[in-house]
Formats: sequence, C-alpha cells, structure tokens
Amino acid sequence: MIRIYVPRDSSAKAVGADEVATAIAREAKAQKISVQIIRNSSRGMAFAEPFVEVETAKGRVGYGPVAAADVKGLFKAQFQIGSKHRLSHGLVDDIPYLKNQERLTFARAGTTDPLSLDDYLAHGGFDGLKAALAMASADIVKEVTDSGLRGRGGAAFPTGIKWKTVHDTKAEQKYVCCNADEGDSGTFADRMVMEGDPFMLIEGMTIASIAGGATKGYVYIRSEYPDAIAVMKEAIGTLEKAKWLGSHIQGTEHSFTLEVRRGAGAYICGEETAMLESLEGKRGMVRAKPPIPALVGLFGKPTIINNVLSFAAVPFILAKGAKAYQDFGMGRSRGTLPFQLAGNIKRGGLVEKAFGISLRELINDFGGGTFSGKKVRAVQVGGPLGSYVPAEQLDMKMDYETFAANGAMVGHGGIVVFDTSVDMAAQARFAMEFCAIESCGKCTPCRIGSTRGAETIDKIVAGEDRAANVALLEDLCQTMTDGSLCAMGGLTPMPVMSALKYWPEDFGLKKKLKAAAE
Amino acid sequence: MAKTTVLEFKPTKADPAIAICARYNNKPDQLIEILHDLQHDIGHVPEASLPVIAKALNLSRAEVYGVVTFYHDFHMTKQPKHVIKICAAEACQSMGARELIAMAEKLTKGKKVTLAKTYCLGLCASSPAMMVNEVPVARVDAKKLRATIGALT
Repeated sequence: MIRIYVPRDSSAKAVGADEVATAIAREAKAQKISVQIIRNSSRGMAFAEPFVEVETAKGRVGYGPVAAADVKGLFKAQFQIGSKHRLSHGLVDDIPYLKNQERLTFARAGTTDPLSLDDYLAHGGFDGLKAALAMASADIVKEVTDSGLRGRGGAAFPTGIKWKTVHDTKAEQKYVCCNADEGDSGTFADRMVMEGDPFMLIEGMTIASIAGGATKGYVYIRSEYPDAIAVMKEAIGTLEKAKWLGSHIQGTEHSFTLEVRRGAGAYICGEETAMLESLEGKRGMVRAKPPIPALVGLFGKPTIINNVLSFAAVPFILAKGAKAYQDFGMGRSRGTLPFQLAGNIKRGGLVEKAFGISLRELINDFGGGTFSGKKVRAVQVGGPLGSYVPAEQLDMKMDYETFAANGAMVGHGGIVVFDTSVDMAAQARFAMEFCAIESCGKCTPCRIGSTRGAETIDKIVAGEDRAANVALLEDLCQTMTDGSLCAMGGLTPMPVMSALKYWPEDFGLKKKLKAAAE
Repeated sequence: MAKTTVLEFKPTKADPAIAICARYNNKPDQLIEILHDLQHDIGHVPEASLPVIAKALNLSRAEVYGVVTFYHDFHMTKQPKHVIKICAAEACQSMGARELIAMAEKLTKGKKVTLAKTYCLGLCASSPAMMVNEVPVARVDAKKLRATIGALT
C-alpha cells in the first residue's frame, strides 16, 4: 500500500486538489496499484499547491503544482515510489523553503490529517493541555506571561497580562472567545490553522479557559471561510466524544464547551468589541473602551479574547515551557510569527520565522521576488490598515518596535508585495474606500472621514487645488487617527499617508528628494 | 365610511423562519446563525420573515432589520441563481484584480449571475481569487474566468 498525500486546505482545493485526488485514485485503480490517499493539511507552500506527497523509505517526496492532467504522467514516471519528474521537489524535509523556517505553531503543517485525533496525539497533540490540567491557573498565566507572547491579531498586547486580568476578576461566568475573523488582505494563517490543525486551536483555547476560569468558549469565524467552519465544527464534535471538551475534561474538575459562530461578511467584526456584539447576535458596532473586554466582555462578563495564532502558540508554550518560546525572537518581540507572503510574489505562502528576520529576506530568499519579475515598488505589511513600505526600506527587521518606530506595523504578519506597475494614489484611495464600505458608522471620523478622504484624493489626482487638498487630507487623516473609536478609522490613515509620503509623484505631486522622504 | 386598516404581522404557519428559530431554541444571540440558515434554505431573507423572527427571539423588528441590513452577506431580495464574488482586496489587486473584475462585468452581462466584490478570501498567496457559488477558485486568469462563467447555466 502506497500512501499519497493531497492537501485539503482551501489554497490547494481552490487550484484543483480535489480533482487531483480523484485522478490519482482513478489512475491507481486502472493500473491496479494499491494506494491510500490521505487528505493532509497544507505545508504552506501555496505556490506549489496542489502539492502531492508520496511516502517512501527515505521520507516523503513532494510534487507540485500538480494538475489533474499531470497525474497520468506522474504514474508513468513512477512517482508512487518517489521517482524523478519535472514537478518533483525531492524529499520534502530537504526543501529549503521549509527547512529554513522555524516552525513552532505550524510544526505539524502538512504532516497530519487535520481531523484525525490519533494523528494529533501521535504528533505531540495535547501535551500542552495535559501539562495545564495539572497546573494551578495562576501558574498557567505566569507561563504564558513569561513566554513573552503578544497578541498575534495585530495589536501585540501581552497575552499573559490579558489572561491575568480575567483570572483576577471574580464572576459567575467567564468566556473565552477566539477571533477568527481574519479579514486582512494578505493574511491566511488563521485559516490554515483552522483547516489544518483545528485541535491545536481548541487545545490553546482550553488552556486559556483553565487559566481564566472560563467554562464556555466561542470561535467567531468569517463566512468567507466555509471550509474552516466545517473543519472546526467537526473537530469540536470529535473532541467532545473523546472527552477533550465538555464537562470534566479527561476526568478532571475542569469543564469547557466550545461553539462555532459564523460571521456575515463584515470586516469590522475583526475588531474585538464589534465581534462581541456580533456574537451576541447584534450589529457589529464597536464598543467604546474602557471597560476592556477582560473585565466587561461577552454578555457583560469577563472574557479572554485572542486571535487564532495567539491561542495556537499556547500549546507549545505549555508543553515545552516559556523559555523554549522566549528563546526565539528579538527585543520585546518574542517567539515566532507565521508570516504570510502574498500578492505579487513568486513563492507565496506561509513562512514561520522568529522575529528579527528582515522583509528583504522574507520577500527575496523565501518569496523569490515578484511574480511578474518586475522590481518591488511597495510592500503593504499588516493588512489594509498597515503602511506601504517602500523598496528602499526592505531591510527593516520584523519586530513590533522597529516597525512602530518607522511608522509601520507588523500586524498579523501579512506581507503583500506590489511591483512597479502599482499606482499608489489608487491604493491610497482604496484604503479610504474600503474604510467607507466597512466602517460600522458609530464614530464620525471613520464614518464620514473615509468618504471625504476618497473624494479629496480624487481631487488631488485630478489636479484640483492640489496644495490645499493635500493639506486637507493630512488634517483629515490626523483627525481620523486621533478621534476614531477603534483601529479601523484610527489606522486607515497609515496606508494613505505612507503612500502620499513615499510616492507623491503618483498623486501628481512633485517627487521629493530621497533624503527628505525618509 | 372609510375602513381603518390596521397593519398586522401575523406570521403564517408556513414561514420557514419559525422552525429555524426553534432549532436555535429561540435564543436572540443566535440571530446571525438563524439568518444564515434561512438564506441558505430559501436564497434570501424575506422581509415577511423579519417580524416572525423578532417575535420568536423576543426582539423588536427594528433590531432584526438592523442586523439584516448591517451585514453584507444578507439579502432581502431574491438573488440570481449564480453568485460570483471576486476578491477586490490588496493582495488580489497586486495581481490584476481590478482588470479581472472589469472583464467579469463584461462576461456576465445578460447572464443569471450576481457579480460581487468581496474583500479577502484568504487565498492571498494564490491571487487573484474568487468564489463561485461558495466554491473558492484561485490563480484566476482570463482563461479560467472565461471558462468558469461560460460553464454557468
């Protein structure tokens, strides 16, 4: 029996993985070769998807990107025993793209069947929760604090401090909520965790529930991720049956139930308080803070809210200890971040590395430069609310503080590459337009400022009273930054102002001298 | 003598929303799930169902209406048979999404297709991407787009 792996991740399915799996089964049957097709998680090499792996005596051999039409040829070349073929990447463990990463959160990516509990347990699954179940809740909080883990959703708030606040607050009912409303363009790591390693996310949330004293949890998943929703629901069902969820987990005193809730196409619900409103069945209107959700959260109760990647980092920390995680990274950015290489890039995909790697290393060494072959002109880091970084600044190190000092943000680790064909005035306009479409409408700077911003950019580009309109746009951006209730209106000026600062010529303005621009 | 008409919102027993609400134990925090299921079953969220849902969940009609109109996913009118959502966010823009959308607008003219922009499908490393009747498709080029739209009947 030959084991063949075809990923079930939507980045593989969207380019024909299901058809490839069917073609392999059909061809194997026709040739009377006994094969077992396993739908594994993705390695994160999106550029090579569908990435088919074959188990051989030397290890797994990978082929990609495989189209259904390639399958006959692969059998002819005897790929089932790992033979050479033009699509071969050789031994998967030796592929530089994977070998040069530091995968802590994505250690299992591509190796297991996401919904096989046996597979999960055989690959270190629940080691973290087992440790946590034997610990006092305060010690769990301390471990997470000591690891230096900061919120991976973008705000980078220390996770341990958030958990401590919930732990220290007395209440009859507390909640754990996972923000899986991954709406930032250029990000897909949350989706990959949910589709590829759902038990890990649940394990992280369960550990959080012990730490905070919560018994009920929710995973809020955007409706654009139907596969993630289906996998998470099935995973929860499996763990309930196996007593890893529900009352008296593994015979202990701790109980925790978990529910999946769907979003409905509102970007703003990725903002934590809007998400809480949505979880309560309401319009996703941002709440004013304070009070913080750790004190007054879901249904008014203390709530731990973290991003998928934050929860997903926790099992490793509890299993291997805070120091093992803390050992990675630079400055106050500890551990690893699953970076997501996206947009106009030759080898897009997931690259988990310790903080401290430069943008250039990520884009050139891992990504292989632009997809088009043209030069890089701009890179947007941290989603639609992140700054556009010019090509001259690619040596900037991925670190929360370094980015902040340069007026940019690491955010959720999404990196979108643009080549020289990009019109930066159009990108700036889009940032305002997007804010206008997605604003919840609660505060005026965001609701009205975004529409006025788009209009003002149009005027600048059209050459209408340029100097005055640039001054107006700058003033408007300042108002949005200072006066918005949340990051949506507060950070939309980042892409706008960075585009205006580094690429004034695209707005029809005089190009500043390089020294002046920096 | 002119008759006074009183607006009544008596749910007809057949309203499919009743059973869906009951399935969620008529809990108001489940409103979005209920709306998703209703739209999945009948294709849209009919205005006539709003008072029915409001009553079942003990909410005001305004609250239900507010939720339906807040979220991009929900429609109160019948939709064409096919829905194509093309990603119009930054990563896909960098790979020609604007041109792709312009092309799709031409290709879908006169067809029973709703063409909509969406903002990120999480397939940003395989841009540009789209969703055709809930099925994600990535690395879309002119050829793939033409074939996909051509296959919709």
